[in-house]
Amino acid sequence: MQRPTAADPRDLRAPPRRGFALSWRDPTVRAVFWQIVILGLVGAGIWWLVDNTMRNLEMRKIATGFRFLEREAGLPIGESLIPYSPADTYFRALTVGVLNTLRVAIVGAILATVLGTVVGIARLSKNWLVAKCAAVYVEVLRDLPLLLQLLFWYALLQGLPGPRQALNPFGSVYLSNRGIKFPWIEWQEAHSAALLAFVVGLIAVWGLGRLFVARQMATGVRPRLWPWAILLLVALPAGVWWAMGAPFTVDRPVLRGFNFRGGGTLTPEFAALLFGLILYTAAFIAEIVRAGILAVHQGQWEAAGALGLTRGQQLRLVVLPQALRVIVPPLTSQYLNITKNSSLAVAIGYQDIVSIANTTINQTGQAIEGIAIIMLVYLTISLTISLFMNWFNARIALKER
Amino acid sequence: MTPPAAEAATLGAAPVRERSPPSFAVGPLVWLRANLFSSWLSTAVTLLLAYFLISWTLSFLNWAVVNAIWDVPGTGQQVDTSACRAARGEGACWALIGEKYRFILFGLYPFDEQWRPAVVVVIFVALYVVSAMRRFWRKELALIWLAALTLIGVLMWGGVFGLPYVEQERWGGLVITLILATFGIAFAFPLSILVALGRRQTSMPAVKALCVVYIELIRGVPLISLLFMASVMFPLFLPEGMNIDKLLRAQIAIILFAAAYLAEVVRGGLQAIPKGQYEAADALGLTYWQKTGLIVLPQALRISIPPLVNTFIGMFKDTSLVLIIGIFDLLNTAKTSIIEPAWQGFGVEAYLFVAAIYFVFCFAMSKYSQDLERELDKGRRR
Repeated sequence: MQRPTAADPRDLRAPPRRGFALSWRDPTVRAVFWQIVILGLVGAGIWWLVDNTMRNLEMRKIATGFRFLEREAGLPIGESLIPYSPADTYFRALTVGVLNTLRVAIVGAILATVLGTVVGIARLSKNWLVAKCAAVYVEVLRDLPLLLQLLFWYALLQGLPGPRQALNPFGSVYLSNRGIKFPWIEWQEAHSAALLAFVVGLIAVWGLGRLFVARQMATGVRPRLWPWAILLLVALPAGVWWAMGAPFTVDRPVLRGFNFRGGGTLTPEFAALLFGLILYTAAFIAEIVRAGILAVHQGQWEAAGALGLTRGQQLRLVVLPQALRVIVPPLTSQYLNITKNSSLAVAIGYQDIVSIANTTINQTGQAIEGIAIIMLVYLTISLTISLFMNWFNARIALKER
Repeated sequence: MTPPAAEAATLGAAPVRERSPPSFAVGPLVWLRANLFSSWLSTAVTLLLAYFLISWTLSFLNWAVVNAIWDVPGTGQQVDTSACRAARGEGACWALIGEKYRFILFGLYPFDEQWRPAVVVVIFVALYVVSAMRRFWRKELALIWLAALTLIGVLMWGGVFGLPYVEQERWGGLVITLILATFGIAFAFPLSILVALGRRQTSMPAVKALCVVYIELIRGVPLISLLFMASVMFPLFLPEGMNIDKLLRAQIAIILFAAAYLAEVVRGGLQAIPKGQYEAADALGLTYWQKTGLIVLPQALRISIPPLVNTFIGMFKDTSLVLIIGIFDLLNTAKTSIIEPAWQGFGVEAYLFVAAIYFVFCFAMSKYSQDLERELDKGRRR
């Protein structure tokens, strides 16, 4: 067929529409064919595995289903955030495990972010000694397996003397092979109320901050926030505490017999796990923070300086908001990593979800259900963190109009 | 070519003598002042840090060298570690390493045959070094790997060429770590390329969905859960009578785990290839596999080499997790070496010893990856 020679563009636009033909030359036909082949192979493989498993379960007389969750667990758990006794069900035991995982992951993520930011900024310090120390820290901690570090810290904590010869670095803090003991206030109603007041104050300060930014947009003058912040964050909780009678009793750990009584405790397992996770993850976060700050062009500092901003304002108002865009996506995967890495707890005997599910598997013999529970818990946590960080990332992303 | 001085002389100008900068701008004192004592805050930080560094280094040296116990009387079951116990807390007990280093490095491998795993470690290191050199980045490298891995198998199992047979249950230590990491990358890498290519198949939504589910599922769960699956669940998957050895099951779990992470790295490389490259290949009439093998992958893999090395370092460290399912890798032999009552409580020394080994491997790889990144970047910036 001859192409039309006329210059009418309408004739040139669309390629000739071909009818559907069941031919090997048609890419769509090929794509459908290969997809059917691949899905068929994968499906057949899965069917084979499931079939084998069913037969094996039947032969070995292993029960299936999640009926066991309602049975009495009979497994002792050392530390728990909710009341628990071995007479409780497996479901409750696993819940304790999930809470223990979340506890170490959340505390670890917060402290690792703080330490990582400090080390990352220290690596960029103009002071040679500070920069070198931070660099050595990052290199060494990143190049050693986390499990090795955890075992090392645990061995170090276990190598401490017994409670009777406990080390006493300062005050009423005692280090022994039973863990770290420290003074803690006796928790009463008033303290909970003060904490609640603090949270309310935090929300109010956040709201005020937004209000003041709006005022600045409208009038060009930004009201001072810090007097309000002090009032709401310090004076309000203190006032509530005072109004409720200002109870304040320090509960100091005291040696009684072979162990300490009273005070707050970090068990060696929790302390080793938390310490190891923080130090390891902070090394990675430090690199992310450093890369983020370096990614902001030097001209941004200089332009901010030319506007008369102080060094702190330059960092806070100009550089950090831009650096955050580079920092947040890799930081998300570090938070995911710290959560997944907390599963190494099983090696040093901290009872997280993996450890408790593992004991459950050993007691009930129901491996498939146990591992399914572990995977489900981690997939849920991972998905939640991803969703939250994606939301946060979208909030701070460059607003292009 | 004439030297610059002579050239200057021919031009009739007096030779310019190079002058050194003024003394207040160079020299160690000036460097100290600029980098350590630039302000009172900087000075305070320097002094504080230097104080802590020196006092910690001194107390560490005291523990690790001055007060350390290097040797204890007796061997095996009759060993007398009372000297170490007495020095506990003040001095390290390096006698543990002297007594147990063969066990930590080679596990329960027959004592007289331990030269074989030692040679295998050397072969592994040589294999890494050869693979790291850009001169050897060609197809023949695959043959070198095949030959080396065969040789390693022969040396470890034996049973031929007059080497006594050693069953796999007795392997242990550094060799297991290197085997898990190396075979892991050797199999995970091709798999990850297939998954990454599948992930980008817009014309095949079912294949794409399959790859996405695989990647996200594996990346969403910790490696331990896969290892538990390999050790507890895998035997249920197989028909009766068929049994796969524990090390191989752990290896499969590590391969599946690493492939998901590597696939994301390769996908990043694939995304960086400009669309024009695909279209040019199509215009030449290349088939899909020709296009992928000749045009796309060579460019995409080259970009992704530095992150690939980083993923490999992560994998090398992650092999230590097999300790939890009871495989005797380097970390587990160290942990086991202090189980005997005589040596109980000297974990710090054992872990420092294996930490040094892990550090040497990982640090070398990480330095290599950084240098490579700089070099490849240079080529692209031109």
